[in-house]
Parts: sequence; C-alpha cells; structure tokens
Amino acid sequence: MIPKTHITQKDIVLQIKDLQKSFGDNHVLNGFNLTLYQGENLVIMGKSGSGKSVMIKCLVGLMEADSGSISVMHKDITKLNQSALDILRADIGFLFQGSALYDSMTVRENLEFPLRRHSKRFNKNTTTDTLVIEALQSVGLESAIDLMPSELSGGMKKRVAIARTLILKPKIILYDEPTSGLDPITAKEIILLMKKLQKQYGTSSLIITHDVDCARVISDRMLLLIDGKDYAVGTFLELSKNEDPKIKAFFKN
Amino acid sequence: MAWYGRLKTRKDAFLIEIGELSFFTFRFFKDLFKYPFEFKELARQCYILGNRSLVLVCITGFIIGLVLTLQTRPTLMEFGAVSWMPSMVSISIVREIGPIITALVCAGRIGSGIGAELGSMRVTEQIDAMEVSGTNPFKYLVVTRVLAITLMLPLLVIIGDAVALFGSFIVENTKGNVSFTLYFNQVFDAIEFGDLMPATIKTFFFGLAIGLVGCYKGYYCKKGTAGVGAAANSAVVVASLLLFVIDFIAVFITDIFFDL
Ligand SMILES: Nc1ncnc2c1ncn2[C@@H]1O[C@H](COP(=O)(O)OP(=O)(O)OP(=O)(O)O)[C@@H](O)[C@H]1O
Ligand SMILES: [Mg+2]
Repeated sequence: MIPKTHITQKDIVLQIKDLQKSFGDNHVLNGFNLTLYQGENLVIMGKSGSGKSVMIKCLVGLMEADSGSISVMHKDITKLNQSALDILRADIGFLFQGSALYDSMTVRENLEFPLRRHSKRFNKNTTTDTLVIEALQSVGLESAIDLMPSELSGGMKKRVAIARTLILKPKIILYDEPTSGLDPITAKEIILLMKKLQKQYGTSSLIITHDVDCARVISDRMLLLIDGKDYAVGTFLELSKNEDPKIKAFFKN
Repeated sequence: MAWYGRLKTRKDAFLIEIGELSFFTFRFFKDLFKYPFEFKELARQCYILGNRSLVLVCITGFIIGLVLTLQTRPTLMEFGAVSWMPSMVSISIVREIGPIITALVCAGRIGSGIGAELGSMRVTEQIDAMEVSGTNPFKYLVVTRVLAITLMLPLLVIIGDAVALFGSFIVENTKGNVSFTLYFNQVFDAIEFGDLMPATIKTFFFGLAIGLVGCYKGYYCKKGTAGVGAAANSAVVVASLLLFVIDFIAVFITDIFFDL
C-alpha cells in the first residue's frame, strides 16, 4: 500500500465512504469504502453477484445509493445537478460489462457518439475522424470501422467498447471486466494497453476482474469485495500471502 | 379470499402504471422544449417510422374502402339510395374508420417496434451508456420517437383515407359505372370542415399515445429477453386500448363543439 504519510488530500481522485445499497431485502452493499489515488490501478475482485457492477454504477450516478458519500475529483456526485454531472462524467470512462455498443450504429458512429457533447475537449485541428481512427488503432481494430456491432465477435465488441471509453481521454477509467470473454493473447494486449494509458496520460483506473493474472500484472493495489464490504485492501503480494480463508479462496488455482 | 388479494394487487399495479405513464408524459413535455434539440435524429425517426408503416397503411386502407362499399351497397340499393354512396363512405372513412384503422395498424407496427427496440437497449445497458456519455437518453431516444410518430400519424391517416376512398371508387366504378370525377366531386361535396378538422386533431393524440406507451414500456423494460418481449407486447395492447378511449373522448367533445 502507498505509505499513509505521502498521501495528501489532493492525490485522491475518487472516494466512497460507507456506501449502502439494497434491492428490497437483498442488501448488496453494506458499508463499502474505497479510495482511488491519482495515477494508480486499483483492482477490485469479488464473487459473482457480490455487487461490483452495482458499486461502479453508483459511482457514475447510474444508480442511486441508499446512503453514503461518493466523491469524484472532490465533487460529491449525489449533490450535482444534471449538467454538472454530465461535465464530470466526461472525465470518467466507463466500460460496461456487456460492452453496451449501440447496435443500430456502425463502429464509427459508436465512437463518434461520446464526441457529440464533448467536442470542446479537443482543439479545433483534431477532427472527429482522426480521433476515431486513433482510438481504433489503439485497440487494433481500424479495419472494423464500418461494420455493425452485430458483425463483430464478442472480443471485438469488447475492444470497440474500450476504444469508445478511451476516445474522450478520461482522467478516471472504470473497467467492468475488461478481459472477460477474450482469448489469453488478446486479454494480454488489453492489459498492456491499459498499462500504457495509465503511463501515457496518468489516468487512474478501477478495474473489476475475475482474472488473477490480470490482477497481478496490472494492480498497484487490490480490494476484495466480500459481504458488501471492502473486506481487504492491499497489494497483490500482500493479499496473496494472507492466511484468511475468504481471501485465500481468490488466489488458489 | 385469495381472489380478492389478487384483484387488489392487480388494481394497485394498474393504478401505479397509470401514475408512471402520467409522469412519463409530463417528462416528455418538459424535455420537449429543452436544449439541445435532436433534429437530425428526429428526421431520421420520421423517415424510419413513416417508411415502416406506409405500405401496411395503404393495403389496409384500400381493403377497408373496398369492403365497406361492397357491404353497404345492397342496403343502400334497397332504399334506392346508391347515389349517396360516395358521401356516406367518405364521411365514415374520414371521420372514424380511416383514423382508427391507421392508428391500430401503427400501434401494432410502430408501437411494438419502439417497445422492443428501447427494451433491448435498456437490457443491454445501451441507455446507460448514453447517459454516461453525456447525451440525455430520454431526449435522444424518447422525445424524438414520440414526436416523430405524433407528426407522421396524421400524414399516414390522410394517405390511408385517400387510398380507402380510391378502393371504394373502384367498387363504385365497376358495379355502378360512376366516373372518377363524379365520384370525387361527390366526396368533396360531402366532407366538411367539421369532419376533417376534429379527425385530424384526433390523430395527433393517437400518435402521441402510441409513441408514449411504446417508449414507456421499452424505457422501463424489465431485465432479460423475456422483458423485451413483454414490453413489445404490452405496448401494443395498452396503446390499442388507449386509442379507443381517446377516440371516445374525441367524438364526445366533437359532438359538443361541432354539433354533428
Ligand atoms: N437493477 C437491479 N434490480 C434488482 N437487483 C439488482 C439489480 N442490479 C443488480 N441487482 C442485484 O445486485 C446484486 C449484485 O449484482 P452485480 O451486478 O453488482 O454483481 P457483480 O458483482 O457485478 O457480479 P458479476 O461478477 O457476475 O458481474 C445481485 O444479487 C443482483 O441480483
Ligand atoms: Mg458485474
């Protein structure tokens, strides 16, 4: 873990405190805490159905938390109005678990869609076309530019979705299972791409994954979501050596 | 008293749905005048929705005109009033049959299409993706579609009316040797402002109802593919039912103001 003494308030880009979320009697999140520091990759692991997707949806305001505070770049997102929220969201990239490509649009139109509202982020000389091609090149899919999502394989969809997430050059990226459904080679490429982005732009990322290899390569710190709480936080090495059976279950192969 | 409990939950669900639909309608009118206006998407939707139902509207219109004339002919003949045929058919088509049949066809074709489309976008999180990319999905998806069908339905009804009258003319022409000019002269003599105006206003509300119900069902679609099917299905059922309610109210009001 990053030593406590070096952390100033400024370094924190994202913070969740005591988050609660229930669906009827199903208490999914029960006092969940999380802190993401500038420029780090925080990997979140948890069993299927433990509420990882629910948690990051609360982070961008797609779901309303029952209680708790969520601050993104020092702004409490639960208290923002719609236009302020939209501006803040441009700085947050969100990769959906199921890719969520717009299936009535081509790959090009999919990538252009986030630019509709946020073209001001780029200087006038960069055309949408160059941005789209650049983003597709970074995931190695320039050739698919005029295809429809229905013509893509699952892995290609995922890569297009990643390109769409990256196109606004967000400061924080939330990846919901970026490598699930990919072959090991492509998964490795995606992981390297995520690392490259972090270096190049200093992005901070939250990465939800079930893939232990991915976690080892990419994580600066890890967080285990168990029983709706941030059960354990630490580096990969620390957690993999932990003797707690609940933690051990994640690392044994 | 299990049946009573069932009835009660059904009644509650029904009332909740009415409340939600009213709120949805309110939100539509609120977002309608809010910047930014999605003109390009609106034009695209107008084209898609019109294109999707034009052929169907023409076929049903033509057959209705044909059948209506064939069916009423013997009765009118009995009274020696066949010459009244064009006026009678045109009034019933323009006032009632044209709008309601066209609207029902569109509820089946467009309402279910919208319900399924938005439903699957909801289920696959495309609506959420729009939301996080800074585009208001309600404006982009719902407002454009509801507006498109509200604008297109009156046009489709006018086309449907025309085709139905043409179908009726064909019967008159073959059975009674009535010429094209004579037939349509009589038609335009018979139709008055008091027939056309309320009927056209009514179709705007028909369009609004089909669009709102279809979008509402899709937008709040339950998870899973079964949810998409249910959204499409109930969009048609509820919209069709609503059409008749609106029709009843419209005729009631017209009766007062235009003194039929
Ligand atoms: N919209 C919703 N309505 C009701 N319950 C929900 C909803 N979304 C999620 N849940 C419930 O919340 C719990 C957590 O779901 P979530 O999707 O966050 O799991 P997850 O940790 O992302 O799992 P996975 O690894 O399989 O993606 C589940 O029990 C699910 O049933
Ligand atoms: Mg999930």
